[in-house]
This record gives sequence, C-alpha cells and structure tokens, in this order.
Amino acid sequence: MIKKLSSGPYLFWIAMFVVIPILMVFGFSMITTNSDGSWQITFSNFTRAFDPIYIAVLARSLKIAVEATLICFFIGYPMAMILAKMNVRFRTFAVMMFVVPMWMNFLLRTYAWMTILGKNGVLNGILSFLGLPQVQFLYSEGAVLLGMVYNFLPFMVLPIYTVLTKMDQSLIEAAEDLGGNKKIVFLKVIFPLSVPGILSGVSMVFMPAVSTFVISNLLYGGQYMLIGNLIEQQFLVINDWNFGSAVAMILMLLILVSMAIMNRVGGDNPEERGVNLW
Amino acid sequence: MVGKWIKRLYTLIIFGFLYAPIAVLAVFSFNDSKSTAKWEGFTLDWYQSLFQNDYIMKSLYYTVLVAVVASAVATVIGTFAAFGIFYMKTWKQKAILNVNSLPILNPDIVTGISLMTLFVALNMELGLMTMIIAHVTFCIPYVVLSVLPKFKQMPSEMLEAALDLGATPFYAFRKVIYPEIKPGIITGALIAFTLSIDDFVISFFNTGNGVSNLSIAIYSMARRGIKPEINALSTLMFITVLILLLVLNKRTKIEEI
Amino acid sequence: MKKVLSLVLLVALMGTLFTGCKKDDQVVLNVYNWGDYIDEDIFDIFEEETGIKVNYETYATNEEMYTKIKKGGTQYDIAIPSDYMIEKMIKEDLVEPIDLTKIPNYANIDTRFKNLAFDPNNAYSVPYFWGTVGIIYNTNIITEPVDSWNVLWDEKYAGQFTMVDSQRDSIMVALKKLGYSMNTKSVAELEAARDVLIEQKPNVLAYVGDNVKDMLISEETAMAVVWSGEASTVIQEYDNFEYALPKEGSNIWFDNVVIPKGAKNIDAAHQFVDFLCRGDIGFKNADYVGYATCNTETMKLLDPALMGTTYAYPDDALLENFEIFSDPGDFITEYDRVWTELKAK
Repeated sequence: MIKKLSSGPYLFWIAMFVVIPILMVFGFSMITTNSDGSWQITFSNFTRAFDPIYIAVLARSLKIAVEATLICFFIGYPMAMILAKMNVRFRTFAVMMFVVPMWMNFLLRTYAWMTILGKNGVLNGILSFLGLPQVQFLYSEGAVLLGMVYNFLPFMVLPIYTVLTKMDQSLIEAAEDLGGNKKIVFLKVIFPLSVPGILSGVSMVFMPAVSTFVISNLLYGGQYMLIGNLIEQQFLVINDWNFGSAVAMILMLLILVSMAIMNRVGGDNPEERGVNLW
Repeated sequence: MVGKWIKRLYTLIIFGFLYAPIAVLAVFSFNDSKSTAKWEGFTLDWYQSLFQNDYIMKSLYYTVLVAVVASAVATVIGTFAAFGIFYMKTWKQKAILNVNSLPILNPDIVTGISLMTLFVALNMELGLMTMIIAHVTFCIPYVVLSVLPKFKQMPSEMLEAALDLGATPFYAFRKVIYPEIKPGIITGALIAFTLSIDDFVISFFNTGNGVSNLSIAIYSMARRGIKPEINALSTLMFITVLILLLVLNKRTKIEEI
Repeated sequence: MKKVLSLVLLVALMGTLFTGCKKDDQVVLNVYNWGDYIDEDIFDIFEEETGIKVNYETYATNEEMYTKIKKGGTQYDIAIPSDYMIEKMIKEDLVEPIDLTKIPNYANIDTRFKNLAFDPNNAYSVPYFWGTVGIIYNTNIITEPVDSWNVLWDEKYAGQFTMVDSQRDSIMVALKKLGYSMNTKSVAELEAARDVLIEQKPNVLAYVGDNVKDMLISEETAMAVVWSGEASTVIQEYDNFEYALPKEGSNIWFDNVVIPKGAKNIDAAHQFVDFLCRGDIGFKNADYVGYATCNTETMKLLDPALMGTTYAYPDDALLENFEIFSDPGDFITEYDRVWTELKAK
C-alpha cells in the first residue's frame, strides 16, 4: 500500500505539469494557423521537418551530444571512483566542491572560458610565455565540446559516485578472495554493479546536451545552427509554434528510441539495469 | 605508491578545469573597467555598487528562495516517487520513466512556453508561485534518476523483512531504506539546486509581477554588457558557500553521505 | 546538516511572507524593460514625487517580451519595444492607446522622431532612445577608413570581423550591400542576400549575440557589426575605435515607450511616460545608458562634444539611405528559411 501511495504526489505532478503540457505541444504540432486566426489539423509540420536542411541540423546536434557524453563518461568515471574512495570525512566536502562552480551563472562561466581561450586569452598568454606559438582555440568544435563537458560533467560524476559509494563491499571482497586481480574485479564486479548509475549519468548528460545551443553559439561563434536554435527560433522569432512543436516532438521520439536501444545493448540481465527506458 | 599520485594529479587537473573560469570571473570583479576582457587596474568599486543595486539584490533573494524551496520540494516528491516506481510492475516502470525523461530532453523553450500556456489557461497569475512550480517540475526527474539507482542496489528483501518484523511502514522507511538511499537523495538535491539556480529560459516565461531571478537579470543585461557587479556578486556567493562548507565540514566531523 | 537546511528554509519562507505584505493603498507600477536600459535611480525620484512605487522587470529581446505580453498572465504597465515590434503589437491589439494630452512633456520630443511609419500619429508610443547599426573597427589594426559594407567581403580582413547572430540584422547587411531595401518582400532579393552571406561565411570570425564589446576590447576581433549604443560605450572608454555608418545605408532604430494591453494602472503609466519625457530625467537616463535621446531638452544638457559623432548624434546627411525595420508579417518565414540555409551549411 505504502509503495503505491508514495509515488502519488509525483504521478499527480507529472500528469499535471509534464503530460498536459506535452499534450499541448503535440496539439500545436498537429495544426497550422492561418493569418486570419483560423486553424486546421495537418501533418505538414512533420513532413516539413524532414527537409534535408533540418535533418542536417539534427544530425549535427546529435553528433556533438554523443561526443560530449562520451567524453564526460571517460573523464567522469575515474573521477567518481576517486571521490567514492576518498576518506569519508573529506568526501562530503569534495563532492560539494565539485558542484559549487555550477552555482555561478552559466553565461558568466562561459564568457570566462572565452577570456581563457581567446586569441589574447590566458591560455595563449601561457603558451607565448613558454615560447610556444599561439593557437586559435575558440570557434572550433573542440571549444564547444570543452564547454559542454565543463557544464555537464557533474551530472555524469554524481550518479556514478552515488552507486559506487556503499557498493556491497562483501561482493568485492568475495571476488578478491576468490583470487580475482584488480582489473578483473573491476570489470566483472564493480563496473557491472555501477551500470544503473552510468545510465542515469548518460541520461542526464546526453538528453540536455542535444537541445542546448547557447554553448555552441558562444564558443563556436554561432557558425552552425543546432536543433535547439531551430526550435527556439520557431517559438520566438518566427512565432511559428506549430513547426517548433513538431520539431520538438520528433526530437523527443528520436531520443527516447535511441535511449531504449542503448539500454537494450547496455546489459543483458534486466534486473541489473538502472533506468531502463523501454 | 604511484597510483596514489596519479589519483591526486587527476583530481587536481579536474578541479583545475572546474575552477579555471571561476578564478577568471573572480579576478575581473576587481577590474577597474566595465569590460571583463582586459585588465585595467584594481578597484573595489563593483563591490560597493553591488549593494546599492536593488534589482540585483532582489534577484539574488528570489534566486535563493526559489532554488531552496524548489529543490526541497522536488527532492521529497522525487524520492518517494523513486520508492514507488521501484516496486512497480516492469511495464509500468518503463512507461513512467519515459515520461520522467521528457522534461530533461525537451528544449527549455518548449518546457517554458508550454508551462506558461498551461498556467495562463488555469488563470494563474505568473509570479513566484508559478516559477517555483516550474522549477520543481524540471528538477523532479533528475532527483528520480539520482535516487532510483540506489534502490536498485538495495538488497531487495530488506523492506519486506523489516515489515515482517513488525516495523510500521514509516519506521521501516526511516530506519531501513533511508540510510541505504541517502547518498542518492543528497546528489538528487544537489543537482536540483544547481539546475534551479542556473535556469533562465523556463524562469523567464513563468514569472511576472516583478519577480525575477539572477539569470533573468544577467541574460537581459547581456547585450549591453554584463555588469562587473555580477562578477563581484558571484565571487561573494562563492566565498560564502566555501566558508559555509568548511564550517559544516569541521562541525559535523564524520558525516556519511 | 538537516537543522541548517530547515533553518534556511524557514528564513526563506519568512522572507516571502514579509515581502508579501505591501501597503494596499499604494499604486505599484510594473515596468518591463530591456536589461540595464534605464537609470534605476529615477524610480526613487518618481516614487518620491508621485508616491507610486515601481516594480521593475527586464527582458533580453523584443520577441521574448512580445511572447509574454501576448500570452498574458501578467500585467505590465510600461514596456519599451522597438519599432517593428510596436507595429506588430499595434496590429495585434496588444498596446493601449496613449493620451498625449496627459503627457505635457511630449512637447520635448524632437519632431524628427514623431509620427514615424510604425506608429503614424504616436497614438500608442512615445520615443525613448534611437540609434543605428554600423561597423565599429579598431584603428590600430584596420588602418584604412571604413565607409561601406563591402569591407566585410574584403578577403584582406578574413577572420578579423564579426557579424550579428540575428536573422534580420545580418540579412539586412547583405541586402543593403546589394542595394536592396532591408524590408524587401522579394524572394529573389532575399536569396541574392543569402548567396553573398554564404560567400562571406568562411571569412566571418563569429556570429555574435551579445558579448561583442569584450571581443573588441580584448582585440579578439578587429571589426564588428554593432548597434550604435555598443559602439558608443566602447569608444568612450577606448579611443582607438571608430564607428562607421555605411554609405549603402543601414538600419535606424527606435525604442519607444508603450502601455501594454492588460495594464492595470493606465493613469500612473501616463504619469510615468510624462516623467520619462522630462528633460532632466531624460538626461539621467541618456547619461547612464549612453544611447541617443529623442528629447530636445535633454540634448541641451548633454556634452556638446557628442553632437556630430557617428555613434551618438550623426549628421542627417550620413543617414540618407537608412531605413526603419517594418514588421514583415508572414513573410518572416522566408527570412527564416534563408537564415537556416546559411547556418546549416
């Protein structure tokens, strides 16, 4: 009984503030409004979204998001392990210090990166001090990835760190007792047990990364349009909520499907999986 | 112990990466120029004018208020939700987790505008209340995603055992489940607070009547140039948080999170 | 930890309760403005003189402001949109008429800025600031004088300049370079503009949203397409910059004060508009914001050195081919298509 009741407020909240708005967005995507204010039901917003131009925009966004997620994972996992193994007394502090930079405003932090990476920036200053040639860091895909990894890294590290702490030590000890060396214990015991945390981390990095665009606007100098730009522009500049909604719906479906596939590939034992989406 | 040194070096590099921009913005809070790009000399002017700027101070107040309330509400709702979801039938669980991820993957503008449309349709006046509701909405999914893996990790019969032994459900939750999932709750709350304090688009469309947070103030002054007062404010915020953490760390000694 | 948290929560909640208690009889005026676009000290003067308290909120773009006012759910008594947006809001019945008889200081507004096409009789809006779009350049790096958009297509300056990351403004540059109207409704002209923008793209350092001033000051870029107000801020602090008004023409813009539909305090709003039109208040704003005022009384108080500068009060002769943006209506989808084609490449 308590098990059922406990998710009650959540279900209500989600129904009210997530499902209803999404249904509204779906509604917007299915109509077109004429200039005289009348409207009709149509599929044209969806067919329009399959124009090669928009596909190119979507493909670029997905590519950058996947790259950022992978980098976050490879940098974040060791960090999460280090944090989890820290002295308990120091750990709380270290974890807090990990998120505190994110409490400073996003725009300020990104501008600060521009000051660091710029032509006459801090990094080039160091390079020339060392007698090395200047490098154009800004306005490259590398700069965008750096910005994304910077902003999303804590969302990868924290969930992995959480599952790594308090992981059933007896299992690990048993494995070690049975003669497994460190590498085998990690690959066969620790890593599989941390999969739920990894999946949470990947969701929290990949999904928002697909739709952000401000980082790319600033660090790539607005050279390319990403799917988030496209949607924002439809909603604000063009005031075509219908097409904007259609693109958002397609994006949603696409990501849910790809996450489902990832989960299927992610582990063969269904009990082990964390946040299965399908 | 080479391993230990590699670990230390790695930690140092990562923290250096995280704090490099913070150092830059702190340095420029002392810059004697409106620009935050070129060093023109030392000044404390921005700290002084910060406290005379009512709009920034008011925005700071709302930012903290909304972040504290929204992350607290989201953490409570999300934690109990994870508890319920964990014991659901598989198909139900999957369906709900799909819905749960919608606010995460939806572009902010879509979430912001659709929520605004809903509030207006419900005849709610946009302001503090609607902003808090909007923040709770986009924070909850992250809390669920943080807490749920801890349930998956928990020995599955623990709750049953406690209940069989005569514990009331509330007692069982507090004494048996809570200690197990606590790290998940804390990370969930941290993530929620972080997201709330930094949100612009959703806040913008779901507030009104003079309630605005720091992000709204900062984004709207961006075209004219972000005032160095904001750098000063960020520096002060950072120092405050740091001192608070140090004090708490000293006082709570060994607190397991 | 828990105790600290609950304490913080309690304090926060108490705070809301207290701010919630306002004197009922006091009129509160909701002012909605661009960020950092008014001297906030004048709110205190206004309250002192009239007893009306100002509740201040900001936005970053015309479009964001429009979306919020159109959707409702809030009551703003004052907003400050730009020309084309005013035209659109009048068309969509989103602004209240302004009774100019209640605004005696309207007489201070320069007649040049009255009765413009976007609001032919000033029935809905009163001029606030105006300016242009042009090219700012660092004279230490760009040594020859700039007077035409063509420099942005000069191979010599590849990678040394930035464009504006906004559809209409960047397409405007291309249209003007080609000698077309920036309010064109011809698809062929738009596509010609797109083609020159695509040709230019490899040479553009960046399409910049809003941090262009810092980029100029740190010499990240040597030249940029900017609004005159930004140019004025940079030039007044650093003397190695010049602001050029291209001879092919460009955009001249106006930000006017309006009373949005749904305003609760229409009388107080009129009082506030009149207050803004006062010479001394106009001066405080112009001095703080650094943009060009529309107020003749304010002009008299300003530093005479500003007169005749390209970035503040240029000679009329330089503005010959300049145009005001008009609301393109549904044709905006064509602009969007062209822009997407440029950005998707």
